[in-house]
Amino acid sequence: MDKFIMYLEYPFVRYALIVGVLIALCASLLGVTLVLKRFSFIGDGLSHVAFGVMAIATVLNLTNKMILILPLTVLSAVLLLRTGQNTRIQGDAAIAMISVGALAFGYLLMHLFSTSANLSGDVCSTLFGSTSILTLTLREVVLCIVLSVVVIAVFIVYYNKIFSVTFDENFSKAIGVNTDFYNLMIAVIIAVIIVLAMNLVGSLLISALVIFPALSAMRLFKSFKSVIICSACISVVCALVGMIISIMAGTPVGSTIVAVDVAGFAICALVGKIAERG
Amino acid sequence: MSLIAVKDLSVGYDGIAVETNINFKVDAGNYLCIVGENGSGKTTLMKTLLELQPPVSGEVIYGDGLTANEIGYLPQQTIVQRDFPASVTEIVLSGCQSRGSFRPFYSRDDRQRAALNMERMGITDLGKRCYRELSGGQQQRVLLARALCATEKLLLLDEPVSGLDPKVTMEMYDLIRKLNTEGVTIIMISHDITAAVRYASHILHIGSEIFFGTREEYLHSGIGGEFINREEEQ
Repeated sequence: MDKFIMYLEYPFVRYALIVGVLIALCASLLGVTLVLKRFSFIGDGLSHVAFGVMAIATVLNLTNKMILILPLTVLSAVLLLRTGQNTRIQGDAAIAMISVGALAFGYLLMHLFSTSANLSGDVCSTLFGSTSILTLTLREVVLCIVLSVVVIAVFIVYYNKIFSVTFDENFSKAIGVNTDFYNLMIAVIIAVIIVLAMNLVGSLLISALVIFPALSAMRLFKSFKSVIICSACISVVCALVGMIISIMAGTPVGSTIVAVDVAGFAICALVGKIAERG
Repeated sequence: MSLIAVKDLSVGYDGIAVETNINFKVDAGNYLCIVGENGSGKTTLMKTLLELQPPVSGEVIYGDGLTANEIGYLPQQTIVQRDFPASVTEIVLSGCQSRGSFRPFYSRDDRQRAALNMERMGITDLGKRCYRELSGGQQQRVLLARALCATEKLLLLDEPVSGLDPKVTMEMYDLIRKLNTEGVTIIMISHDITAAVRYASHILHIGSEIFFGTREEYLHSGIGGEFINREEEQ
């Protein structure tokens, strides 16, 4: 415990904890909608796109990579959702295509143009986010806080609309809710969350952050509101526990958090089963 | 002025018509059944009426102060809904969104309206239950209450009894007839022609031949008589 308090003295550890909790919170809010809308893979696809763009930004030697990553990922999110709206199979294929394509091109670019001596280390840290959470600058932390607050505010204001668009898109459209707009909004928010989460868990593991808390909460609760609240709590707790373990034990942050999320899911599934019987 | 008047309408997807030359009108208080074989374009017609998709040609005219947004809709169940974690109250309330669409939260009015419609459907005591744990008939009542929250004028029902057992089917038909006598105009898609001629005031039959008229006219028409006789023989 003393060791942990000592670590808290360092600003980068505090930054990491703040950013980690915020990202986990944002990811879990939208996770429920994504899982229910059968869009779990969009997170995965987008994170690969973000990796590809990150590679381009690295090659171009941009100091602020966000300028490129954020708009391009948002754009792909919009495109993916548009193709996936009515033709389900083509949407699936489009996601697979874009995600592996971006992954391949990203690695290729980094390989061809990278000036770094430790290429595989670079790639590994982008994919699994091994250290980037601990090297955040103050500006990145502020950006992350601002974006998280915006995401949470938008989610709360449009909570009822998001519910009805998720539950029954055709009905909402029939009674005059602008479903296209809300789908677009959901896509943009997901893209923002994914770009943020790349710092925390790396691009390969983002989906876990989005999906696991939602699935865990759905084992335990039966109304939409309680699922959302529970999923947010589970996500924050798992992220905190994961980060603390990784700081104390020196394990990679991203995979530790995801491992804790998996454990959380197992516990929730078990509790859910027992509650059903009882 | 009719609530809905349909003139020379062709419906279909991507500009390819599934059914052409549809003409009918719906007045306030009518109970219209749209019958026809599978694949004859019933659901496509309904989506066109709801403006979920554009007509291939022809037009749909809304009158009597009705707009397309004021149609309550009971869709067929989707796969998404089967394991959706939502309480009955949450779902019924979501029908209130057409009114005051810029307000982020539900008003007290909305809540009262939802409570009233749950009472009408006899599902008040299910309010906190999870939607996916209800029986098929109960789920339909929930969706019907939601549709009533959206409008009191006109309900479009897409195969409201599919998958229900005979007893629940009868209850559902009675419920719909009760709403109709309370002044709600009903348009129902069904392939249950016997039920259609028992309850409906008007019938639209689409398929290779198109018929539109009152129930009595349908019974004496070639196309309707043929179906009814065949069912009686069985």
